[in-house]
Amino acid sequence: MAALLEARSLEGSYGRTKVLHGLDFAVEEGGITTILGANGAGKTTTLRAVSGMVKTSGEIRFAGQRIDGRATEDIARLGVAHVPEGRGTFSQLTVEENLRLGAYVRRGTGALVNEFARVYEYFPVLAQRQRQVAGTLSGGEQQMLAVARGLMLRPRLLLLDEPSLGLAPMVVREIFRIVRAINKEERVSVLLVEQNASIALALADHAYLLETGRVVMSGPAADLQRNDAIRRSYLGY
Amino acid sequence: MPSRSVKAAGLILLIAVACALPFVLSGFRLFQFSQVFIYAMALLGLNILTGYNGQISLGHGAFYALGAYTTAILVDRAGVNYALTIPAAFLLCLVVGFLFGIPALRLEGLYLALATFSLALAIPQILKYFEHWTGGSQGIVLSKPKAPWGLPLTRDQWLYYLSLAVLIVLFVLGRNLLQGRVGRALVAIRDNPIAAEAMGINSALYKSLAFGVSAAYTGVAGALSGVVVAFVAPDTFNVFLSITFLVGVVVGGLASISGAIFGALFIQFVPNWAQDISKAAPWAIYGIFLIVFMYVMPRGISGSLRLAWSRLVRPKR
Amino acid sequence: MDIFIQQVMSGLATGGIYASLALALVMIYEATEVVNYSQGEMAMFSTYLCWSLLQAGLPYWVAFFATLVLAFVGGVLIERVIIRPVEDAPILTIVIVCIGLLVILNSVAGWIYSYIQKPFPTPFPGEPFKLGNIYLGKHDLGEIGVTLVVFVLLFVFFRFTTLGLAMRAAAQNPVASRLVGIRVGWMLALGWGLAAAVGAVAGMIVAPVLFLDPNMMGGVLLYAFASATLGGFTSPGGAVVGGLLVGVIENLVATYVSFIGTELKLTVALALIILVLLFRPSGLFGRVTVRRV
Repeated sequence: MAALLEARSLEGSYGRTKVLHGLDFAVEEGGITTILGANGAGKTTTLRAVSGMVKTSGEIRFAGQRIDGRATEDIARLGVAHVPEGRGTFSQLTVEENLRLGAYVRRGTGALVNEFARVYEYFPVLAQRQRQVAGTLSGGEQQMLAVARGLMLRPRLLLLDEPSLGLAPMVVREIFRIVRAINKEERVSVLLVEQNASIALALADHAYLLETGRVVMSGPAADLQRNDAIRRSYLGY
Repeated sequence: MPSRSVKAAGLILLIAVACALPFVLSGFRLFQFSQVFIYAMALLGLNILTGYNGQISLGHGAFYALGAYTTAILVDRAGVNYALTIPAAFLLCLVVGFLFGIPALRLEGLYLALATFSLALAIPQILKYFEHWTGGSQGIVLSKPKAPWGLPLTRDQWLYYLSLAVLIVLFVLGRNLLQGRVGRALVAIRDNPIAAEAMGINSALYKSLAFGVSAAYTGVAGALSGVVVAFVAPDTFNVFLSITFLVGVVVGGLASISGAIFGALFIQFVPNWAQDISKAAPWAIYGIFLIVFMYVMPRGISGSLRLAWSRLVRPKR
Repeated sequence: MDIFIQQVMSGLATGGIYASLALALVMIYEATEVVNYSQGEMAMFSTYLCWSLLQAGLPYWVAFFATLVLAFVGGVLIERVIIRPVEDAPILTIVIVCIGLLVILNSVAGWIYSYIQKPFPTPFPGEPFKLGNIYLGKHDLGEIGVTLVVFVLLFVFFRFTTLGLAMRAAAQNPVASRLVGIRVGWMLALGWGLAAAVGAVAGMIVAPVLFLDPNMMGGVLLYAFASATLGGFTSPGGAVVGGLLVGVIENLVATYVSFIGTELKLTVALALIILVLLFRPSGLFGRVTVRRV
């Protein structure tokens, strides 16, 4: 089975500074893949490259089509929902408006009510705060809103950039539980970028380790969990 | 950037050419070039404030007018020697500019632009209101001074050299100011005001000083224009003058000393060319020039030259 | 008292015009952080287009709506063709482009239509209404009516339609908007188009009063700046309230403060701008932005 998302020799730069030096990675259909690495390894840049937000060379294929070089909004319309670092919510708009915008590309294709119902089932706390302005939500709620907004797109692929950043462990566990549920029930493939290696490896099927813009290790998540070097450097024991 | 000796040689060459021009050009052309020097002073002033320090002013015509009327009133009403009015204008505008800088501290970008824009709009009316001093709508007529010390120069030639001399003085002063600690402080405040404060730079003082010095330069330009044009009237100092200065600074290149000359050449000669191209709608041509310029050189002439030079010296990998 | 009410009413009428132009300015500022200095000239040019349509024999309201469409298209084209190449340039560069546009529109209008003032018809002709001792000009009431309709329509559009929501989103957070598939560039173009249409309304409504000439909108633009400053450049509602307030204040000051005749009216607007900026730079309703390092 061909991978849903495939990157070959991906290079990415900010201006004249090259940050990614020839990455090869893939996300299988229906799977959860995680990219680990320390600060500055290039994880966020990798997701931005997939979304067409940075200058790239090399190949990126989504469902067989090349998406490198295409505009961010076009990539989103193909079914890639990117939940960026820092949530990227529309902080001046309400929860409901944020979600409505998440479904923007699907406007006019049938009742949005069902979409809302589905999303509120996964995130009941958002249902309670529909009319609240997004900027006044707590960090955890904003993260949930960001993921929920991604879900409104009915994506085939969900890009999650450091969802655990700045959140209490309990909230993080809840969000990851929901992501697993979404992956199973909605058959949404996930590419997860995380600094928190232990929780990422617990969720993912497959993992890549990034160091200064290069993939230094890859394999099934369970293998990386057992690997001594990883345990010492990234899992802390 | 080209090496210091190349730059120095280039500069000397330029000044030599400038000094030779009066013997080649007609009186009117000389007058135009004197205007270029005067505009260059005003633009350097505005650049100190807007380019280096990031405070947008759409009202520098006010300081230009202040300088011009200082000269006019001192010469016409008080019989002061015109040469003395130049430092007088400098000092007056330095103080007034500094005082303006204080309330300006509270205003950011857009809002400062609006406040100074309003000031520029009000100037002609204010000038006409204080008729007793300013001569009202009629303005004040002066006479072009003769060359001093019996020098064998026509009035136009003398005024040309005078403008050039003042320009060189102001440029050297400006260069020392801007390429040293003060300049770095100004740029730091422009680029990251909070960090600048955190580093111990007294933003308030520097920003107000920037306003003062900027006003002083433009005031001197105005004073000289009073001498060279030998006439001041309220309607000359309307809002278009301030807008023209801003155009000159952006076209010449922000945060650049040489940009002042490029900008001055642009604002002096391009309107004339536009008129040569189309008698019916010259400003439309001017507007097209402006827009095309911004497409091709968004960082002004000096910015583009810098870019071209760096590409020549260090070609893209 | 009657004079007071009358001046307030006519102040509201002119205030509506300032509010319309101020709204156009704020719409573009919100989306791009650029003040479109050519907004007034765009409105003036649209009004001349309407004049041409009227000269060609079209009935007033047909010409009116046709002009709105033309202005909208013009605004979209200007954004896509003229502004887009410099959209990532420093702010001052874009300002100069707007100034260039101002100068071009003014000059071309003068060239095509000459600088001689032309009369412009009002759709609300006739004798003023008389309510007790108060005279309410038909055109004044018409002005208030038209501007109210425009605002209500815009409000409904932005608050209740998906496209309006997308435009708001694109203005507030272009990056996140792209991530949900919004074509931010086209949203900007739409914004310019709408702003141009709103400006055209202002132009067509003020022309019967000021008479049509290429420099007609200069003073109005200044009052629009005053209105947007008063209301807050980041608040469309504030721009509207600001405009109405400026109109009323201007009229009342001219009536009740004796030494301010019509010449110094402009100075009143300027003084207002400066006062507001000194004491409350973000305006009555504007957002005070907290800057993060």
